[in-house]
Amino acid sequence: MINSLLFVRLFWRDLRANKKRMTLTLIAVLWGTLSIVLLLAFAEGLKAQFAENSKGLGEGILIIWGGQTTIPYEGLGKGRRIRFYPEDLQEIQRQIPEVEKVGADYFNWGTSISYGKKTISGRTNGLFPSFETMRAHYPMPGGRFINDLDMSKRRRVAFLGDRMATDLFGVEDPIGKVITIDNMPFTVIGVQVKKQQMGSYSGPDNNKVSIPATTHSAIWGNLRYNNLVIKPRDVNQAEFVKSRIYEVVGKRQKFDPKDKAALSIWDVIEGQKMMDKIMLGLQVFFGVMGFFSLSIAGVGVANIMYAAIKERTVEIGVKMALGAKKRQIMGQFILEAVLICGIGGLFGILVAQGVCGFFERVDLNNEALTWLGKPTISMTIGLVTVTILAFIGLVAGFFPARRAASVNPVESLRYE
Amino acid sequence: MIKMNGIRKLYATGKVAVEALKGLDLELKGGEFVSIVGPSGSGKSTLMNIVGCLDTPSEGEFFLDGERVDQFNGNQLAEVRNKKIGFVFQNFNLLPYATAYENVELPMIFAGAPQKERKETVTRLLTRVGLGDRMDHKPTELSGGEMQRVAIARALANSPKLILADEPTGNLDSHSGAEIMGIFEELWKSGTTILMITHDPNIAKRTKRTIMIKDGVIVTSLNGNGNGSSSHE
Ligand SMILES: Nc1ncnc2c1ncn2[C@@H]1O[C@H](COP(=O)(O)OP(=O)(O)OP(=O)(O)O)[C@@H](O)[C@H]1O
Ligand SMILES: [Mg+2]
Repeated sequence: MINSLLFVRLFWRDLRANKKRMTLTLIAVLWGTLSIVLLLAFAEGLKAQFAENSKGLGEGILIIWGGQTTIPYEGLGKGRRIRFYPEDLQEIQRQIPEVEKVGADYFNWGTSISYGKKTISGRTNGLFPSFETMRAHYPMPGGRFINDLDMSKRRRVAFLGDRMATDLFGVEDPIGKVITIDNMPFTVIGVQVKKQQMGSYSGPDNNKVSIPATTHSAIWGNLRYNNLVIKPRDVNQAEFVKSRIYEVVGKRQKFDPKDKAALSIWDVIEGQKMMDKIMLGLQVFFGVMGFFSLSIAGVGVANIMYAAIKERTVEIGVKMALGAKKRQIMGQFILEAVLICGIGGLFGILVAQGVCGFFERVDLNNEALTWLGKPTISMTIGLVTVTILAFIGLVAGFFPARRAASVNPVESLRYE
Repeated sequence: MIKMNGIRKLYATGKVAVEALKGLDLELKGGEFVSIVGPSGSGKSTLMNIVGCLDTPSEGEFFLDGERVDQFNGNQLAEVRNKKIGFVFQNFNLLPYATAYENVELPMIFAGAPQKERKETVTRLLTRVGLGDRMDHKPTELSGGEMQRVAIARALANSPKLILADEPTGNLDSHSGAEIMGIFEELWKSGTTILMITHDPNIAKRTKRTIMIKDGVIVTSLNGNGNGSSSHE
């Protein structure tokens, strides 16, 4: 539009002439924009926080417990308990190439864990080196997680959850120190980094002691795992991997692979996919709510435009006499409505940014915020908001503009 | 330039229909300087609006510059108004918030003329009507005569073939009115066709032909008696 400059000047004049009405309209747009941006930003923060929290358990994994058979199989009755043995793990790894990593847990709840004069009664788990990545047992700098050599040599090494470490050591550095578990000495090799953990089985990871699975079974003598943890190479192969596990374990332990109750699988992958869908739904819902609140502001904009047209019929008639085409008359008013939405929206986004900035500075250790997350204005939110603003501006301008274009120049110019 | 046959215009307001023009024939050659006179309510403005393509006749044929414009649609009429016609109104009808310069620029903006050409033309036209030093003034900062001169400059912006003026001196004192008439005479001499409504017989006398309208029809059409060059009063 070559002539938009004059129209912008015209807009300024209108802004100054109708300060009060214009201010109210701008505030309405600002408010609408603020609500849409904040709703989306909170949803975004919540989503990010959920993703972060669900990482605490591990991403893309299947956690499997033994169940009870419900179908008689090869002469064996139903109601048999299925338990996992090291051979099951070996067979899964050997026969299912779609599996990337395997691991398993041993549990011992009532161990007494001591350092110096301090003794805590807590959990000692035997687990696999694969847990480092699979189950997010990442060590803080200066330490390390259990490795393959620890496993094969059945070393007496311990990896502490961060709460367990503080409870035992306070501010002291635990690495290299010797603790005792049920009076057996273990060297601390690492402390887990702080993490938010949304899902857990048998307690969170931050208040337990982890030792190599081999050491665990050598000391307490249990052969059967509490549970398996399996990570498929590709999350999209999870279903296939699950059915293969039924076949492989079923063959070894003699149960019908169709007997779903024989195993109990916590599909974390599915849970995370579901959560993504819920979050998307939430964002769409918030977006729609924001859209409606902005629409109300749009009605205000349309209103102010109708009033402006009523005041400017002579001007419209003059422009028509000078040869302005329909779209040139309309263009001015649509541009004006879009400008109102643009200015109001810009301030709305700025205020929203201020609000988000405030949350940014708030300490995340606040209990509520660890679950709510921090509102975040992403690029997508910006684009969505600008699109909605533009759309509402266009609609709020279009109908008044159409009325402007239908002004009868003869009537409006009749000299009274 | 203009050829009208059997033009009728009906206004249907409410129950009664007013017939403002009742089968009017009019012919205007290029380069003419014509005034229209007649009693109030006789249909002068109605005729002017139709000639100016702001309104369409209810009946009859209207050729403007060889084109049958009575059948044109809204955008075609806008195009004709923009390119071929320049309006001058009794009450000037300048945009109050815009400067003299911007007012004159407006028709060129609608025509899509480039900035450079606009600047050159606007400056030339405002200088020509004697307002070269008042280009940045708003209408409120100008006298009636000056406003009407801006309006004439605006009417000339797209070099139209036809200038239409509805009582251009009606709101002016006799001195300013005479000045405006002087400008119209100059325009006529340089080849522009001018059609002007007036109530003032002295003004009508300065045009080359006077058409008298009564009750929606032309009653007389007098050729000027060669006194077009009469001096200012
Ligand atoms: N929009 C309209 N609706 C109804 N009647 C109209 C309309 N416009 C004009 N008329 C009528 O048509 C007739 C001619 O009006 P017009 O304005 O053309 O007169 P005029 O000759 O210009 O008068 P004046 O010298 O007072 O300006 C009048 O009777 C007027 O009332
Ligand atoms: Mg009139």
